[in-house]
Amino acid sequence: MNVSGFATRLVALTRKETRQMLRDRSNLIVGLLLPVVLILLFGYGLSFDVTNARVTVVLEDTSPTARNVVAGLHGSPYLAPSWVASMAEAERMVRAGQTDAILRVPGDFSRRLAAGDGQLQLLLNGVDASTASAIEGYVSGALAVPMQQQADRAGNKPSGIGAITIVQRMWFNEAGESTWYLVPGLIVLVITLIGAFLTSLLVAREWERGTLESLFVTPVRPLELVFSKLAPYVVIGVIDIIVCLLAAKYLFQVPMRGSLWVIILSSLLYLLVSLGLGLFISAATRNQFAASQMALLVSFMPALILSGFIFDLRNTPLVIQVISQFLPATHFMGLIKTLFMAGDYWPDILRSCSILALYAIVLIVLTRRSLAKRLD
Amino acid sequence: MSDAEVTAVARDLRKSFKGPDGTAFFAVDGISLAVRAGELTALVGPDGAGKTTLMRMIAGLLKPDAGSLSVLGIDVAADPQLVQDRISYMPQRFGLYEDLSVQENLDLYADLHGVPQEERKERFSRMLEMTDLARFTKRPAGKLSGGMKQKLGLACTLVRSPDLLLLDEPSVGVDPLSRRDLWKIVQQLVDEEKLSVIISTSYMDEAERCAQVFVMNKGRLLASGQPDSLRSRARDLTFTATPPQGTPARELQARLIDRPDLIVDAVPKGGNVSFIRREDADDARLRELLNGVPVEPRTEELEDAFMMMLRQQEEQEGGTAAKPARDAVAVETGSNGDKPVIVVRDLVRKFGDFTAVASTSFDVAQGEIFGLLGPNGAGKTTTFRMLCGLLPATSGHLEVAGLNLRKARAEARGRIGYVSQKFALYGNLSVRENLEFFGGAYGLRGNALRSRVAAVLEQFDLAPSAQSGILPAGYKQRLAMATGLLHEPDILFLDEPTSGIDPLARRAFWRTITSLAQGGVTIVITTHFMEEAEYCDRIAIQDAGEMLALGAPIDVRKQAGDVGRDMNSAFIAIVEQGRAERDRQKAAA
Amino acid sequence: MTRLIVYISQVLSLIRKEMLTLVKDPANRTLLFVPAIMQALLYGYGATLDLTHAPYAVLDQSRGAASTELLARLDGTGVFQRTATLTSSSQIAARIDSGEALLVISIPSDFETRLAAGQEAPLQLILDGRNSTTASLASAYVGAIVTSWNSTRGISAQITIERRAWFNPNLESRWNMMPALIATLSMIQTLMLAALSVAREREQGTFDQLLVTPLTPLQILIGKAVPSMLVGMLQSTLIFLIIRFWFQIPMNGSVWLLYLGVGMFTLASIGIGLSISAVSLTMQQAMLYTFILLMPLMLLSGLLTPVRNMPEVLQVVTYINPVRFGIDLVRRVYLEGATFADIAFNFVPLLAVGAVTLPLAAWLFRNRLS
Repeated sequence: MNVSGFATRLVALTRKETRQMLRDRSNLIVGLLLPVVLILLFGYGLSFDVTNARVTVVLEDTSPTARNVVAGLHGSPYLAPSWVASMAEAERMVRAGQTDAILRVPGDFSRRLAAGDGQLQLLLNGVDASTASAIEGYVSGALAVPMQQQADRAGNKPSGIGAITIVQRMWFNEAGESTWYLVPGLIVLVITLIGAFLTSLLVAREWERGTLESLFVTPVRPLELVFSKLAPYVVIGVIDIIVCLLAAKYLFQVPMRGSLWVIILSSLLYLLVSLGLGLFISAATRNQFAASQMALLVSFMPALILSGFIFDLRNTPLVIQVISQFLPATHFMGLIKTLFMAGDYWPDILRSCSILALYAIVLIVLTRRSLAKRLD
Repeated sequence: MSDAEVTAVARDLRKSFKGPDGTAFFAVDGISLAVRAGELTALVGPDGAGKTTLMRMIAGLLKPDAGSLSVLGIDVAADPQLVQDRISYMPQRFGLYEDLSVQENLDLYADLHGVPQEERKERFSRMLEMTDLARFTKRPAGKLSGGMKQKLGLACTLVRSPDLLLLDEPSVGVDPLSRRDLWKIVQQLVDEEKLSVIISTSYMDEAERCAQVFVMNKGRLLASGQPDSLRSRARDLTFTATPPQGTPARELQARLIDRPDLIVDAVPKGGNVSFIRREDADDARLRELLNGVPVEPRTEELEDAFMMMLRQQEEQEGGTAAKPARDAVAVETGSNGDKPVIVVRDLVRKFGDFTAVASTSFDVAQGEIFGLLGPNGAGKTTTFRMLCGLLPATSGHLEVAGLNLRKARAEARGRIGYVSQKFALYGNLSVRENLEFFGGAYGLRGNALRSRVAAVLEQFDLAPSAQSGILPAGYKQRLAMATGLLHEPDILFLDEPTSGIDPLARRAFWRTITSLAQGGVTIVITTHFMEEAEYCDRIAIQDAGEMLALGAPIDVRKQAGDVGRDMNSAFIAIVEQGRAERDRQKAAA
Repeated sequence: MTRLIVYISQVLSLIRKEMLTLVKDPANRTLLFVPAIMQALLYGYGATLDLTHAPYAVLDQSRGAASTELLARLDGTGVFQRTATLTSSSQIAARIDSGEALLVISIPSDFETRLAAGQEAPLQLILDGRNSTTASLASAYVGAIVTSWNSTRGISAQITIERRAWFNPNLESRWNMMPALIATLSMIQTLMLAALSVAREREQGTFDQLLVTPLTPLQILIGKAVPSMLVGMLQSTLIFLIIRFWFQIPMNGSVWLLYLGVGMFTLASIGIGLSISAVSLTMQQAMLYTFILLMPLMLLSGLLTPVRNMPEVLQVVTYINPVRFGIDLVRRVYLEGATFADIAFNFVPLLAVGAVTLPLAAWLFRNRLS
């Protein structure tokens, strides 16, 4: 193959793809604006961290002891307690979606407490299970101090039996902020999005419009088509990666404990995989509608749900874990979270990067194949 | 013939495709031919002859099932890239990038073909000059008219001088002026650069310009040779009949073409009827048919020979490739005297700064066939869309059956039928499903719907269960017509209904049109086949949105002056006069 | 009367045509139902925050009876699964880094003696915070186990909190996620179908042919909306059946109310889709606009994270998001058994979106500037 011919054609095709990309505004909206919207939504909008959880207290026992215990709720930064007179009213509020939990102090609370058996009732709206669990934790935490005081006052702690206490350390994310893992995961999502929504239409569009037939009967080689279609979107992807990294560092103050160059290199590698996957779907389906559906189903939605982005894969059944291992997004998701929060952990870097590289190569080869200059 | 003289050689070439029902059919079925280098070679044949498949095999885009094919001495099947590096190919629908400008499209193809920068400047300016696109280099290709697109496509394929040029139906949907320009470019390159060209076409006047013609039908080679030798097959069988004063030529033409036992072909021409008699026709019965109209012998043309070959082939196979659709059921329309059915006064349509239709006025009477002619981009389609109520007019008065369809109640649209430029029915539905849907949309149901669907299926000889999207072009056009006629409209709008259809199918199509007009249906039609204008009662010629001529075909020819011997040259003359006039006014302003 | 019959028969023939174009192509047919079923199953298993077999490692330096018993309790819950037993604290980092262990429990060597001496015995818990939500959950579980063990050993806190969760007694996050899928999974495709339906006709030139027929914009609107509606409802039904009978999540509300809600929601989605479609010139544009809209609609819907956790401003923004109300409606009817009165407000935004987008789409059919 003539090297200078290769270069001229590659440059010409890349220029053509770039122009086409720039001239359709919807491309730029998806490629540049949507990522920014996502960054802001994920950074500021989405959070698993429950704040101001609405707990309705039904105080059927109005004794000072009871009041004292329940007053602990006010000490919690996570809870927004309110008071109602009757259980019926509280239950109505749950049904109307006006409160998340009811803390009921039964009428006989102080009497039974004197007997060493005080009981409180916590009723949770279980529809949002994770919020409910969190509220349960916060309520018991908030009541722990007054409960302890109560116990101390009673002074009935049997001697000779030590209590186990937990000294907890959450590595990588000491404060347990969900933003810290959502933002790195967002980089995966943004890169996936470019491939799934933009490159997935490229080849299919040329098939539908009949432009490939003219292009085929020129000295163009299939590989040049593949590279030229990837190039402009690599640029878009790189811009997005930079924007994401800047936002992560300066807007959301997510730590970047791994080396920056590893983060960037692995992101580029995944970018290639994502674009390659989109392009392959496009070349294989030859139809814009089918291509976009496929891209959504095999690339974007799985990256959102099955890559370990939000839902820890270690909680899923084996089948799902196996399936998730076939998704390139899963490998990059694990890697990028580690790189941000934990640091350079080389066995993981090497393993994930080689898997991604393998995917990139396979996808590019497959795309090249499906662009073999034939109509039959 | 030595190898140096041939550019493509095929031996027993075959290529099959899977049909919709799963069975394989041969699109190219054992073709052997040798194409000589340095000259123009034409591939002609009706729809489905296998021309495109053959072209694509030569271009290395399809792999033959059997046989051998060598192009430029290279076995294409084995090394298509080597061939593709040296040839240029313009597919039927050239894939211009519509979002790129004219210059950017040219640059792209020049880069892909590795044209050196120094050669490029000279080549580009020559191409732009020949195609008359120099003024539009910055315009996006998508905003060019159909003819200009086609010329740009040709320019893109000719950014360098290829060893072999393949042109697949380059003149489909192209107006006579652009067609003339296209041919000028090709002819010039053949003369100057000894270019080898293979061109497929359904215009016989184009084939006549070629050194060698291959006639194909149903994947086989029917005949081959120089145009002269092919033409001689029709010698002494071609005549011109002059209809009696006051009767339209198309009535005589209809009478003649309805007698396939005596007449091979008949078309109206310059107020007369050109026809071909069958060699074995009985003289007495022929005289009886002609009923005393004056008949003169005329020189045979390639089209005559072609029509003869196709009719013979058809008879041998007992096929019905394109028999004329049966007589239309006469439409009962209350005659409203001389009051015109369509009234257009000072119609204007602007898109931003661009005036697509400038101050146009005309009337169409009931039962008239009115032809709207003009180069690509002249504003014909825009006028049509306004008449049908698809597009609001910027200003002016518009009346169809007494109503402005844009503002009228929906039922008013039930009185018109519309057949759009490109096939606009649902490709993945069957013929019957399409008909039933449109019938339903026009408010037909139950027995009325069933009987109308059955009637048009019969009238247009359509297979109800065939999938619409993969019908041959001629049948697609029939289906579109059938759809337009389902609800028995009073007025029928036909936008380039015959583009890309072979001559046989076109004859059948016009037979239907003329009988509809006899039944009282008003017909407004656009076409790029100027000889078809001869079927019209009156024609209008539009260019750049303006009306240049309006009247009966014979009057329009007179307006063109001496050159108006046939409609094609009359048309070109009128449009060019109009353009010169406009340029003068511009210069004066 | 005949006018009405003609009107209806015109609409019916359009609906028939739309359905035919949808189901003619076998690939299309597959695309309509298989992905919905696949996704419902995959996400049903995959989209869970609940701990099951959470891997943990132990570094037990005390090796006494107390630590053994505690670990036995931990293993007995079914929530945790021990994947490694460590021998030195230097091994901890590798287990956490590699993700082999979500948490490491480190029991110091003086654990036993301190307990026996009646002193507080600290237990070290090291968590992988890369998914802090899961980590917090795991920590809460360990805390609960330790507390309950403390109390059985006679250290009574005097006050106990009795927990009862309504509508979802075991607080399974799948119960929260799955009913939302009834609305969202089918929405993705109905939105897309509607968005492409007109754009495809425009691109292929058939829309003009449709516009010259006597069909009114309203008829075209109905004809285009009904097939998408049917597909959407059918998909919702499939997902509903999977949730009810495969995942066996009990349904507390009325099926009719659920269908009414899903139907309204689907109609609003179709309105949005048809408006996109009427604005777009090409299929490509229609698809991209759909995606652009889909992302914020989904993220601000409470599907993944509760709306209540969002900043105030965004919570206000969600009021124009029909997905938020669709999901809320389905969850509450399905899980809470909400009555029409309970969720009546949810219909307001859905109706509002439909009332704006559907007429807009119908108007755009004819008046889209070409």
